[in-house]
Amino acid sequence: MQRQLTKERIGLTSNYAAAYAAKAADVDVIAAYPITPQTTIIEKLAEFVADGELNAEFIPVESEHSALSAMVGASAVGARVFTATSAQGLEYMHEVLHIASGLRLPIVMATPGRALSAPISIHGDYQDIMNARDTGWIIYIASTAQEVYDTIIQAYKVAEDPRVLLPVMVSYDGFLMSHTVEPVDIYPDEYVRNYIPKFIGNRPRLSPNEPITMGPIATPDWYYEIKYQVIRANKDSRVIIDEVNKSFTERFGNQYDVIERYMTDDADYVLITYGGASTGNAKEAVNKLRENGIRAGVVRIRLYRPFPAEDIAKAVEGAKVIGVIDRALSIGNYIEGPVYNDIASAFYTLGVEKPLVSAIHGISQRAMYINDFYQFVIKLKDFYESKSYPKNPIYLGLRE
Amino acid sequence: MASLSSWKEIPLGGLIKEPQSSRYNKTGSWRTERPVLEQDACIRCTLCWVYCPEPAILELPKPYTTKKGIKYNVTYEINYDYCKGCGICSQVCPTKAIKMVPEVS
Ligand code: SF4
Ligand code: SF4
Repeated sequence: MQRQLTKERIGLTSNYAAAYAAKAADVDVIAAYPITPQTTIIEKLAEFVADGELNAEFIPVESEHSALSAMVGASAVGARVFTATSAQGLEYMHEVLHIASGLRLPIVMATPGRALSAPISIHGDYQDIMNARDTGWIIYIASTAQEVYDTIIQAYKVAEDPRVLLPVMVSYDGFLMSHTVEPVDIYPDEYVRNYIPKFIGNRPRLSPNEPITMGPIATPDWYYEIKYQVIRANKDSRVIIDEVNKSFTERFGNQYDVIERYMTDDADYVLITYGGASTGNAKEAVNKLRENGIRAGVVRIRLYRPFPAEDIAKAVEGAKVIGVIDRALSIGNYIEGPVYNDIASAFYTLGVEKPLVSAIHGISQRAMYINDFYQFVIKLKDFYESKSYPKNPIYLGLRE
Repeated sequence: MASLSSWKEIPLGGLIKEPQSSRYNKTGSWRTERPVLEQDACIRCTLCWVYCPEPAILELPKPYTTKKGIKYNVTYEINYDYCKGCGICSQVCPTKAIKMVPEVS
């Protein structure tokens, strides 16, 4: 019998929340290399292992490329694995990102987002995460430390489902979340383990008793079909993601959807955001706008891959103008906001004819003020009234 | 070799469930030149067997006596089903017992 859930509320950074979730998930193998702002996740996990609180193999590898490669090997033999990285580290493991999804390994990785060099930056944004968007991984972007903790637990449930078998990345704001403390309700480890039991035999694995070959060359006669399996697994994982959101609520109480809507029902102007700081500021700006009689709302993207296009389209049904706030860059693209492009492509395909304006902000943690978001909505209103929309992103916070 | 199946039927991630199924791929079809081994010139040094990347040199327990009367307990032969014609055996053979002969003249 499942015993009554008792929650313990403690102050945690999002990084520690990630470490606590990996411990609750009873991971078998951790391989990681330190990089700011991810380091405190694996420091905490190393501590759990050293103190005997978590019975896991901790491999202090020599690089991120090795970290994810070690995870590929461990996952291939059937272990439950966890790693974490950021920025240059995520770039360095990039080729292995494709291998992990291509081999259908349910690896879970926490990735507090950070700007990319050069110039050298240790500060937060989402350039690293957006560079990983086409790798076949399922990608969540959390907005609170509680959500980081809960989403990593969900991630194992999704990744290891035999209908999915894909790696999952759980991202959030570097520094603005990774290093700031919030109250987090944590659940007893055995309660979490009961929700995400380990099954040996629910997926192919390397074993001397039943030899199989993983990762052989696929000639042109085969490669396309095997990649199409990944396309379908990622697209179809949405069903499982929805199921897990539901079962998670039943089990733990907290409610999650693939997007979060804030005051969108009657909103004329909707800001689309991702991550903690952007969303928090956008919500505050909406509160102030509404005090001044401007009906604004926020849609936060929580599930980034598979992209919840239809959910977003539905959430902005009543809007006059939509502003997409990107904390990442797609340099050389016609419009440089990566998520703007996801939304533009989705809306065009779905026949949603709404004016869409791109804004870039918070690059390498450039300070984002609530007033920036407020003024951006005022601009959206001006564009709407003059029926003339910019053909470039609005670079909020940039010195002209 | 398995027939070209739909994406739904291919094992997940292209994994191969049957050990040693690579034997079904007769890589000998790639060859443009075939190694031909002259048994009388071969001194059974094993170098070709060691170096062949396939490996397509067979070490067989067949006794052989050369024209000069030298007796050997083993014979080296080439498995043309898998020999891809790279010529390495011919390069390493100390007695030039292996000659590369064009498949099509
Ligand atoms: S030609 Fe190459 S593949 Fe063929 S037997 Fe010689 S070494 Fe082996
Ligand atoms: S390398 Fe030449 S001599 Fe040595 S075993 Fe092979 S064929 Fe015979």
